[in-house]
Amino acid sequence: MTSAISLNHYLWISGLLFALGIAGIVMRRNLLVIFMALEMNLNAANLALIAFSKFNKLVDGQVLVFFIIAIAAAEVAVGLAIIVALFRRKQTVSVTDLNSMRL
Amino acid sequence: MNIHDTLFWFFSLAMLLCGVLVISSRNPVTSAMFLVALFVFMAGLFVLLEAFFLAAIQILVYAGAVMVLFLFVIMLLNIKAGEHRQFRWLGVIGGLTVAGAFAWELGIILKVPVVALVPGGADFGGGLEAVVKPLFANYMLPFEVTALLLLVAMIGVVLLSKKELK
Repeated sequence: MTSAISLNHYLWISGLLFALGIAGIVMRRNLLVIFMALEMNLNAANLALIAFSKFNKLVDGQVLVFFIIAIAAAEVAVGLAIIVALFRRKQTVSVTDLNSMRL
Repeated sequence: MNIHDTLFWFFSLAMLLCGVLVISSRNPVTSAMFLVALFVFMAGLFVLLEAFFLAAIQILVYAGAVMVLFLFVIMLLNIKAGEHRQFRWLGVIGGLTVAGAFAWELGIILKVPVVALVPGGADFGGGLEAVVKPLFANYMLPFEVTALLLLVAMIGVVLLSKKELK
């Protein structure tokens, strides 16, 4: 029984999730929610890579996703540490109040 | 419509709904919870794509470790959910415009079926062995560099989290 779901379906879902992530980054003011939207973007790219890997029958896409997940974990740790350090200084995580480069 | 297709539509629509709720809910904790659900549905899509190892990693690393980190930081910062509540038309319109433009471009690109540029070999399954074997053959150097990067990130986080940041 063959499936009606093609590569294009997966790319559509991945692209729409990416668009949602971009919308979240532009719309929201809370730094933490912006960071979450960024994670959504990374995940959308992962989905596209895995879909390409499956339909092209090449394992390299999945290896790349493995690296992306490892690096995203490190990125989240560093980013959240920066947000915590920023909050200690400024007592806010709203980007409307964080409008100067000076600490 | 077979079970694979039904599951595809269920997972993807549920995932996109969770994405909308992540960026539209007012409380960061609610956003984080919907993000966990989004990661779980994404892992379901990975299983449908026969990437079983990465689905497990997705649950362990994203839905587990990363989201626990997020929730800890939200608790630590103790942000009051009610502040900055005025609706900002500029931001919302800008965000929807950017997202809409992106989706429009996507529609133009995906009008024709995407075909494989580099025809690969046979089905590889997507289990642990198939994904990890190239890691120790073709991708040895990136693998080691990633290990180094994780160490550097760990030291960086410890330094950033020290009380007096000079």
